[in-house]
Amino acid sequence: MVGGNVMRSALMALMALPAAAFGDNQVNMSPGVTTIGAEIYDLHMLIMIICVVIGIGVFGVMFYSIIYHRKSRGVVPSQFHESTKVEVAWTVVPFLILIGMAVPATSTLLEVYDNDDAELDILITGHQWKWKYEYLDESGENVSFFSNLATPQEAIYNTDQKGEHYLLEVDEPLVLPVDTKVRFLITANDVIHSWWVPEIAVKRDAIPGFINETWTKITEEGIYRGQCTELCGAYHGFMPVVVHAVSREEFNAWMGAKRADEAAQVAAAAMDLSLDELMSKGEAVYNAQCLACHGAQGEGGVGNAIAGSAIALGDIGTHLDVGIKGVAGTAMQAFGRQLNDVDMAAVITYQRNAFGNNTGDVIQPSDVASHKQG
Amino acid sequence: MGDHHHGPATGIGRWLFTTNHKDIGTMYLWFSFAMFILGGTFAMIIRAELFQPGMQLVEPGFFNQMTTLHGLVMVFGAIMPSFVGLANWLIPMMIGAPDMALPRMNNWSFWILPPGFLMLASTLFMEGGAPAFGWTFYAPLSTTYAAPSVTFFIFAIHILGVSSIMGSINIIATVMNMRAPGMTYMKMPLFVWTWLITAFLLVAVMPVLAGAVTMMLMDIHFGTSFFSAAGGGDPVLFQHIFWFFGHPEVYIIILPAFGVVSQIIPAFSRKPLFGYASMVYATASIAFLSFIVWAHHMYTVGMPVAGELFFMYATMLIAVPTGVKVFNWITTMWRGALSFETPMLFCIGFLILFTIGGFTGLMLSIAPADFQYHDTYFVVAHFHYVMVAGAVFSMTAAVYYWLPKWSGRMYNETMGKVHFWISFVGFNITFFPQHFVGLAGMPRRIPDYALQFADFNMMSSIGAFIYGASQILFLYNVLATIIAGEKVTDEKVWDGAEGLEWTIPTPAPYHTFEVPPKLDAAHA
Amino acid sequence: MRLSANPTTDTVLKLATVSVAMFAFVFVVMVPLYNVLCDALGINGKTSAQAYTAVDAAVDTGRSITVQFIATNNDGMPWEFRPQVTAMAVHPGAANDTVFFAANPTTQDMVAQAIPSVSPSRAAEYFHKTECFCFNQQPLGGESNTLMPLQFIVDQDLPKDIKTITLSYTLFDVTARVSDQIAAR
Repeated sequence: MVGGNVMRSALMALMALPAAAFGDNQVNMSPGVTTIGAEIYDLHMLIMIICVVIGIGVFGVMFYSIIYHRKSRGVVPSQFHESTKVEVAWTVVPFLILIGMAVPATSTLLEVYDNDDAELDILITGHQWKWKYEYLDESGENVSFFSNLATPQEAIYNTDQKGEHYLLEVDEPLVLPVDTKVRFLITANDVIHSWWVPEIAVKRDAIPGFINETWTKITEEGIYRGQCTELCGAYHGFMPVVVHAVSREEFNAWMGAKRADEAAQVAAAAMDLSLDELMSKGEAVYNAQCLACHGAQGEGGVGNAIAGSAIALGDIGTHLDVGIKGVAGTAMQAFGRQLNDVDMAAVITYQRNAFGNNTGDVIQPSDVASHKQG
Repeated sequence: MGDHHHGPATGIGRWLFTTNHKDIGTMYLWFSFAMFILGGTFAMIIRAELFQPGMQLVEPGFFNQMTTLHGLVMVFGAIMPSFVGLANWLIPMMIGAPDMALPRMNNWSFWILPPGFLMLASTLFMEGGAPAFGWTFYAPLSTTYAAPSVTFFIFAIHILGVSSIMGSINIIATVMNMRAPGMTYMKMPLFVWTWLITAFLLVAVMPVLAGAVTMMLMDIHFGTSFFSAAGGGDPVLFQHIFWFFGHPEVYIIILPAFGVVSQIIPAFSRKPLFGYASMVYATASIAFLSFIVWAHHMYTVGMPVAGELFFMYATMLIAVPTGVKVFNWITTMWRGALSFETPMLFCIGFLILFTIGGFTGLMLSIAPADFQYHDTYFVVAHFHYVMVAGAVFSMTAAVYYWLPKWSGRMYNETMGKVHFWISFVGFNITFFPQHFVGLAGMPRRIPDYALQFADFNMMSSIGAFIYGASQILFLYNVLATIIAGEKVTDEKVWDGAEGLEWTIPTPAPYHTFEVPPKLDAAHA
Repeated sequence: MRLSANPTTDTVLKLATVSVAMFAFVFVVMVPLYNVLCDALGINGKTSAQAYTAVDAAVDTGRSITVQFIATNNDGMPWEFRPQVTAMAVHPGAANDTVFFAANPTTQDMVAQAIPSVSPSRAAEYFHKTECFCFNQQPLGGESNTLMPLQFIVDQDLPKDIKTITLSYTLFDVTARVSDQIAAR
């Protein structure tokens, strides 16, 4: 029973309270893997320690009063109610402490704002509900891709096990070289998003129409995970950021492979694929792009049902239009720019042949390309 | 005035047409408690969904509606009207006035509230659902991308704004013109002072909020583009306007709470408030500073570094007057003769928890550190420490403190103390772990979270259910007091209480101070 | 100043005036003031929406600045939109020309508005456009394409530490907005 489970979990949680406090749960900010992150961490600890010390003093006096100045001990209340000296002191002393805090805060802030001399520029665009990364290249051959949540719906809706990196995993991470100053240009496609990775201490809002910039220089190789931190609609909680920090050599190799892959995609777009190839590719694309709204069995949800739908069983051109241009005024986005022609052909083929939609239609990448031309 | 020496009318008409400050105060208090329960129900749904990782109870879109409505209902429906209710009851009795300066407007400003909130709540049943863009309703999520119900949300905000403005004008007019002879400004109880300053803040910034939602309305329906880059506008402009309202709003909520605490701590310390004058100046400086710190809510939007520095320094300065207040309260207790009835317990709870919230506020003011705190659960923890442990605890203290004067009956002290301890423990179980998950990287306003946040979230949810349940005890205690509490007749219900409201009979008669009181030496 | 002989009425009238004034303040002060500050401080990298007239023709050939161009489509904008060159080296004070390519693949006539944003934002006030397709809405027939011109000068006073300027254009579909305005006339 659900109720029983909740009760049992509640009891277990109550028993786990002390354990949780001392367990392996992270309770503090991470100093991260950048010099700025470490400085911010130091700043955070400094201010927190000052606050704790002041707090101990203030609460100490209060509890002394509570214990020793109680009516039940028969004390006679004193009637003093002002003292200019004391009042001036506790105005001036906190002010001086604040100046002491402002100095390191200012210097760290100025460093965060020093975007000069970056070696690599990356354009980050927030979309509802995924991130797009574009490596800017002076020659104009930019490499770009979308980074989607990779956690399956079954895990989110509790019909399957949740993996170690539940909700913090993507199909394609942002790959960055270490020891390299990377400049991020951040913008958004629709609403305001915010790009955050705690361990590299970068959080900057992505604002539609405008560019924000910030930078990082990662010192340690590793995988760093973050999330969108500005409410951006229904699936705000489901657009993680994953950064793979690798050595420069690995980065260059990755970049080379990525370029080769893009070239292969262009070549593939010119070739015809079999129904089986399209179906298996289409299933992968469907699960990454469509499933959240249209359901694992095409049964619908936020979006319309695909199983047995008039669009998926009707005219191919209309179906392509919906996929490429979206439907204005609804949550159905235009996928024409997010999916290449191969993926678009595959997913449309898949939708027309899966979930009992056995139309037998095969849509080739070249069909998509010619449809886009009109 | 022709209705001298009349008791209250009977039946529903008494409440619909009343111009009596005590009746209106009572209605405000009950209304705000109803809203507190409604907003609390939304919070329970949020915490139930967040009890475990994974989506269990609601869909992500509905979850966002819950966080949005929880914020709006608590801020505009529960906390603000509760303090207006308190002001209605107490300000005339504290300054020796027979009623509020504008009794009829007083009636209107209350009675437009229920339709306003009905409109807001009705959006839940509209196509596309209720507002789901957070209580801060950032454009363009709240304009281009909002459900059609946003129009009703905008009208609801307008209604609440008009109500607040009328209420504050009334309070200012009362304090400025209705004080008993000899009640000079610097003799007014601190609660009156903090409310006077709050009312000025309200008159200044509620129209700004009205302006912001009007611009949204125009963007949505009339083709303007204040907040859309496509037409030459800027979504960040919305945030500046919103927080120009929003930051003073935070002090609108907390200043009356300061006033309450400044009345109650001296009463149970049996010693005058320490540093009365510096309290007044500190309140005024906090109010002034609240106008020049708004952009500290926006450190991550990419302001120029000079702007970032200005707002950081100005925000840090707020720690000074706030510190003065905390030091003054503690010095008031120092060498007093303390006793710990329920109102005092809630005030001490306030003092501890509000101070913790103040410390996290200071941490948040540090711009570079805020890059790591911004929009995480650390912020959620911070503002619940100041809003709930600040405003709600002090409001609860106020109800226990003045209820005997209002009703002529004493509440059950044991039950009150139990209520305090359950609230205090439940509150801390709920919100203290949120500091940890925030620092560890959990963003706010998410319906589902990564596994490393699971333990603390479960703890938070359990705490929330405990805190929520304790409010039922509160309701029971208040009802039991009004219906069958032990009668009290002493004018001074509490031996240490000072002020004109403790010179009138208990329970407070329907009309008080129809002849202005003579201030004795203690008050003059 | 007293607005009424009755002190309460006087207070109410004054406060009502304040609240009405604050409502107006949002529209007539905050919005224009924000725009002025944006122009002056380059908030959000905004540049002037008016064509710049060069005042000082001296070219600082000793300095070379890299100007990057980025083109982004806003939600639902189906056009193809990209800079013809993605980066160019320029001397402060010199006039530079470039073009952006735009194609409307749909069958409908559409109108677009490009919104510029300069990064770093403190470079915005030193980035002068003498001609820009972003000054006007750009109509484009269905299934056709165009080259849209941009002329700019980087100011000689650009802070010395800035070596790269990024100019981003976001393209918005304003077809519906324009047709609404025509219908409203």
